Amino acid sequence: MTTYREPGRLLVVDDNRVNRLLLGHGLEQNGHIVASAENGRQAMEMLRAGSYDLVLLDIEMPEMNGFQVLEALLQDPVLRELPVIMTSASDELDRVVKCIEMGAEDYLTKPLNPILLRARVNASLEKKRLRDQQRKLFRTFATPEVAEELLQKGLTLGGKHVTATAMFSDIRSFTTITESNDPADVIELLNDYFTLMFDAVSSNGGTLNQMVGDGIMAVFGAPVFHEDHRLRAVHAALDMVENLDMFNVDRAARNKLQIKIGIGIATGKVIAGYTGTQHRATYTCVGDTVNLAARIESHTKTVPYSILIDQYTREGLPAGTLVDELGPVVFKGKQQPINIFGVGAKQENAPA
Amino acid sequence: MPSKIDPNTFDSLRQMTDAAFVSQLVDTFLEDAPRQIKEMRAALKEGDAETFRRLAHSIKSNAATFGALELSDQARELEMLGKENKLDQVAGSLDAFEATFKSVARELRDLTE
Repeated sequence: MTTYREPGRLLVVDDNRVNRLLLGHGLEQNGHIVASAENGRQAMEMLRAGSYDLVLLDIEMPEMNGFQVLEALLQDPVLRELPVIMTSASDELDRVVKCIEMGAEDYLTKPLNPILLRARVNASLEKKRLRDQQRKLFRTFATPEVAEELLQKGLTLGGKHVTATAMFSDIRSFTTITESNDPADVIELLNDYFTLMFDAVSSNGGTLNQMVGDGIMAVFGAPVFHEDHRLRAVHAALDMVENLDMFNVDRAARNKLQIKIGIGIATGKVIAGYTGTQHRATYTCVGDTVNLAARIESHTKTVPYSILIDQYTREGLPAGTLVDELGPVVFKGKQQPINIFGVGAKQENAPA
Repeated sequence: MPSKIDPNTFDSLRQMTDAAFVSQLVDTFLEDAPRQIKEMRAALKEGDAETFRRLAHSIKSNAATFGALELSDQARELEMLGKENKLDQVAGSLDAFEATFKSVARELRDLTE
């Protein structure tokens, strides 16, 4: 059998030396890197200190038995994702069932069958690799919390009504100091810009939903609920502008292309859910509130503010927050005029 | 004297691994098991059923690995007595168990020499 896979880093936990040798030998034959611990306490120390892909765990051990190790792993935010295969005597299957219920991935009975050992270990490693990949994928468009929610609750493609704050951000203008617009430089600029924006959104508990061209849509308060989603959105917007200012200073110093952005924020009911297929889905928000946020963002072209918010968002900010009331605006597709507020510093050279 | 080792189990262990590794395994078992049996005696004296059970469980597992079926069965009985907190019923079973172990040890040594 070809072993084209990367070797797994495995930890064998067993108080019995013969069992440790046997397991270690079998696993090394399959091309894995094996470490071993002789009781649960030692295993936990090794797991916290090192990096492993899979644990093969005995139930019967002095000091800290297999149940206690499982429990400790599940309570550890980092280690709880680590797959565990229980290794047990064939006459203690009732205890194995309990371990599986607790969260162990699979089991092997001793004396070990080498074919089963190889198959179970490879299956577990493969599943872990897929999960890691999925997690990495989720994290490229979602915050770690959303990725966790998705992974723990599984993907449900249904939607629900939630009150949330939607944010749109767009690049208002490219300001060139030089005449150069090297394509590679523009792409690099966009990548840096997305990185900065993503950081501002996720560090305030928001979720980035869409990146289309140079536009970003983010939502606050869903799928992870935050009571202060309106304030978080405004903080994220201020962080975005501040990040970008610093970024521009650096770009200017290097005689490079700079950008300005406009941000529109609106609060209200949205329909939120995962859209796509079971294989490829993103968390999306739609509805009037989202449309309004987009319209408000567009409105930044006509006023000397980078950040504009609606009345409901304004009401979620602490008393004393400095905002400038810009009066009612009738947006396209809306019957009622919407009160708009400018947040942050008023720009000196106001856009036309 | 009839063999205490099931030849099929022992052969397949050898085929799955290799002779040198089996020797290493046997050496390890013959080093650890006498100590474990001694600890079982101590646990029995102290009325520590939990430790007694765990040690019996450990030897049971290794005995099965080498095909020492009788030893494994005896270990299982002792494990059950520990589990049910009936150490008072162990009596001569531990001596019989140790005697079986000694025969098994002799055979294993012969098989790996």
